[in-house]
Amino acid sequence: MTGQSISLTASGAAARGRKRKNIRTEQPLAPTQPAKAQAAPKAARPAGIPAGWRVIAAKEFADHISSIRFVVLTVILTLAAAASVYSTAGDLKSVAPDASGAPSLFLYLFFYHPSTSQVPTFVFFIALLAPVLGIAFGFDGVNGERSEGTLPRLVSQPIHRDDVINGKFVAGLAAIAVIFVAIIAVVGAIGVLQLGILPSLEEVVRLAIWVVLAVAYVGLWLAVALLCSVVFRRAATSALVSIAAWLVLTLFASLLVGIVAGFLAPVGDGTAEEQIANLAMQQNLARISPSQLFTEATRATLDPSVQTFDINALVAVSNEQRALPSILSLDQSLLVVWPQFVGLIALTSGAFAIAYVSFMRQEVRA
Amino acid sequence: MAVADPLVPKTAGGPPAIKTRALTKRYGDFTAVDKLDLSVRAGEVFGLLGPNGAGKTTTILMLLGLSEPTSGTARVLEMDPARNPIAVKRRVGYLPDAVGFYGSLTGRQNLRYTARLNGIARKEADDHIDELLERVGLTNAANSRVDTYSRGMKQRLGLADVMVKRPSIVILDEPTTSIDPAGVEDVLTIIRELAHGGAAVLLASHLLHQVQQVCDEIGIFVAGKLIASGAMDKLSSALGTGPIEIEVGAPPPADDVRAAAAKVNGVTSVEKDPHDPRLWVVKAKRDVRTDLARALVEAGHPPYHLRRRGDELDEIYRRYFADYTEQEATA
Repeated sequence: MTGQSISLTASGAAARGRKRKNIRTEQPLAPTQPAKAQAAPKAARPAGIPAGWRVIAAKEFADHISSIRFVVLTVILTLAAAASVYSTAGDLKSVAPDASGAPSLFLYLFFYHPSTSQVPTFVFFIALLAPVLGIAFGFDGVNGERSEGTLPRLVSQPIHRDDVINGKFVAGLAAIAVIFVAIIAVVGAIGVLQLGILPSLEEVVRLAIWVVLAVAYVGLWLAVALLCSVVFRRAATSALVSIAAWLVLTLFASLLVGIVAGFLAPVGDGTAEEQIANLAMQQNLARISPSQLFTEATRATLDPSVQTFDINALVAVSNEQRALPSILSLDQSLLVVWPQFVGLIALTSGAFAIAYVSFMRQEVRA
Repeated sequence: MAVADPLVPKTAGGPPAIKTRALTKRYGDFTAVDKLDLSVRAGEVFGLLGPNGAGKTTTILMLLGLSEPTSGTARVLEMDPARNPIAVKRRVGYLPDAVGFYGSLTGRQNLRYTARLNGIARKEADDHIDELLERVGLTNAANSRVDTYSRGMKQRLGLADVMVKRPSIVILDEPTTSIDPAGVEDVLTIIRELAHGGAAVLLASHLLHQVQQVCDEIGIFVAGKLIASGAMDKLSSALGTGPIEIEVGAPPPADDVRAAAAKVNGVTSVEKDPHDPRLWVVKAKRDVRTDLARALVEAGHPPYHLRRRGDELDEIYRRYFADYTEQEATA
């Protein structure tokens, strides 16, 4: 579902919309009593009439784009991104003589971080701040309709009930995608001007893949926020709970991971094996957090020199081949990032599925 | 009075637009709607009259397929709303209780959204929306944000919203709440016009006088049960088992009035109204209002008030409620 929704934001929404409608075999509200055979035709839409979720998505998207929160978030994120890339470009230029001939220098703009730099990287900013986008476009999705009194009117129109939440999810993803494309455009332009090099086709493709990844990651937070908007009647409660979940999983998770890994894989004598086991445990635990998955996926997508995240392999590599950096082609990088990518999509789908089910089970009347 | 309105087309045969049989909805132990049998025909305004919490909205949600019945059946335009909600909702206009609109959009934009959700082509919808806005008197406010609307304006916009899809059935949940009296008249006129245009109208309300003005048939709905239904006159004759009570207000001296009234043939008792000392309550075996009036005029006490109790709906309403609560108490 989520994978589909993501591709919808890019293009081909029209073609997929109808297909999806036909897949649905069950009415949202199945009757409990044994109903007599119905002569009435199934609710098939005449050709040319858009499906309900597309009408809702179009309206919600228009609302998002013209909302103050959209403008504010775009400005803040663009400023943060521009500042970090500007700073990174300066760092890169200072080491450029050594790095001449380094592959994918352009992409280094997004993650290169020498220890002397005061400003966090673009990738760090996005992993930290992007969830706010998802929360902002989702936290009042359903309870807003309730408190305004528009939900009963909306669901009494000839649409399926799930059209409401599907439309809102797609509209949120679309708004998020628009913001990311805008940020990448601004940041890329700054990079080109600062570094004086143009990105190659492969680098552009890597950036495009990264945008898809980022939308999937923020889509997770959108789904979480929508879930909160279904469960909590007040928008303020919904926003607070979403933000709390974001803080816990993004900021405090790494602290907890260190403690828990200390119990599960203690470093007793400080031998190399124990330390490696402890690190591997930390890494696996950290991967429960979506932000860790996203950070790893980002690194491997944007940095062709990242070959693996496996601690043992990294140790082996660093011992034998430290002096021989090698570069992965795009498809090899995708293989490295595949598990993280699938994990993110699965988390997003799962969160949306929970939001979907809880919305479908709710009474229309609050 | 609506019952006698000669303009109302008396619908001949054909299946009823709304028909429920033993429709029941339970939430755990609580029975919100209990074995409801309801029938509304095209061109008819049916008033579902009951206090708040009687189960009116639950019934409506089941008719729209937005809530599943626990048992029993509902047929809307011969379709089962639980199985075929989209087809039902395409032809049923529903004005929810305390209707809301998107505050950041204008009235016209809100109606356009409804039209799009109903798959109505833009051009056709725009012309129709202009007409509807005119009809509910919102032409001047059409391009203002709904944020700026008063409660009454939103209610009128709600009526226009219901009509956007040109419904065969209109279901209105408390449509006159929070509207000023002049606005209420407009709303009731629109309801009549809708029925006259051939739509079946189900009007759920707790406001007796408005239901009385506009409805052809009335169902009194208390605690999930339809305890009486039918045309207004049928309802009063159903109650006409006891003596007829007539309220009389006439200028003093009191004893003369009492004597004059008591002399009328058929009167069994004349007593002061315990709730209103200015009034007399005359009990009689038959409707003696004409004779009573003549007798009082001849005696020099022309009546300024003469009303048969049980004639008006609030009397019926009160009576049924009283009966019902007594039954509850004894049960």
